[in-house]
Amino acid sequence: MHVSFQVQAGDFSNAGKVSSTVKGILKQLNLGPVHVKRIIVALYEAEVNVVAHSYGGTITCEVEPESVDILVCDTGPGIPDLDLAMTEGWSTATTEVREMGFGAGMGLANIRKNTDRLAIDTGEGKPTKIHMCFDLANGAAHA
Amino acid sequence: MTLRDVVQIVDGTVLCGEDNLGREVHLGFASDLMSDVLTLLADDILLITGLSNNQAIRTAEMSDILQILFVRNKRPTKTMLDLAKEHGITVITTPYSMFRSSGLLFSKGLQPVY
Repeated sequence: MHVSFQVQAGDFSNAGKVSSTVKGILKQLNLGPVHVKRIIVALYEAEVNVVAHSYGGTITCEVEPESVDILVCDTGPGIPDLDLAMTEGWSTATTEVREMGFGAGMGLANIRKNTDRLAIDTGEGKPTKIHMCFDLANGAAHA
Repeated sequence: MTLRDVVQIVDGTVLCGEDNLGREVHLGFASDLMSDVLTLLADDILLITGLSNNQAIRTAEMSDILQILFVRNKRPTKTMLDLAKEHGITVITTPYSMFRSSGLLFSKGLQPVY
């Protein structure tokens, strides 16, 4: 199954709508609650990052019997120092983002914690591509 | 304790989800930091927060948290309450602070996550 969504930069009132829709799809597909939760937590953090830090982007989800692949692509402005950005507590978030309850520098770390494989392609002035893979091939895969 | 107990202990007002007041909740987590909430593995949690915006409801939804206590008389908007209803989340508000609410609920048996 393949689904794709647009995410608008700065649209905080709708941040989370894509994750909510994907959560509904995963539950309809009978994925187990443990898998649904870690996939959706990672996706929600990534979606909020696109809204909060980028010029906007797309989220594409591929659901296969053994895995879920999610690609989050924005149009920039990129992360100059990815190692620093992956450090818990480091953040460039604006006051507006912090007022939304985010921006404490935990987003990328939360994403890493919940994914089985994570690849991030970024750089100063470049788009950011986050590829998150989740394996479903264990006993907790289905409810 | 049940959500009805929670309401009584914090002198709360139920804003939506009245039908679920008989539901049991065993853990409490107090935070205005939604990324912190998203790290929780358990979902049998009462989220106690002063953050009254859409993301508080969205974070509860993503974390499978079915009850939120807003402190200091924070009043969620209609949009927030509609979102909460859509996902079966009970919303309670209390005039008490986060510290007082947490202390009272802890003393009556609500367990910490950590």
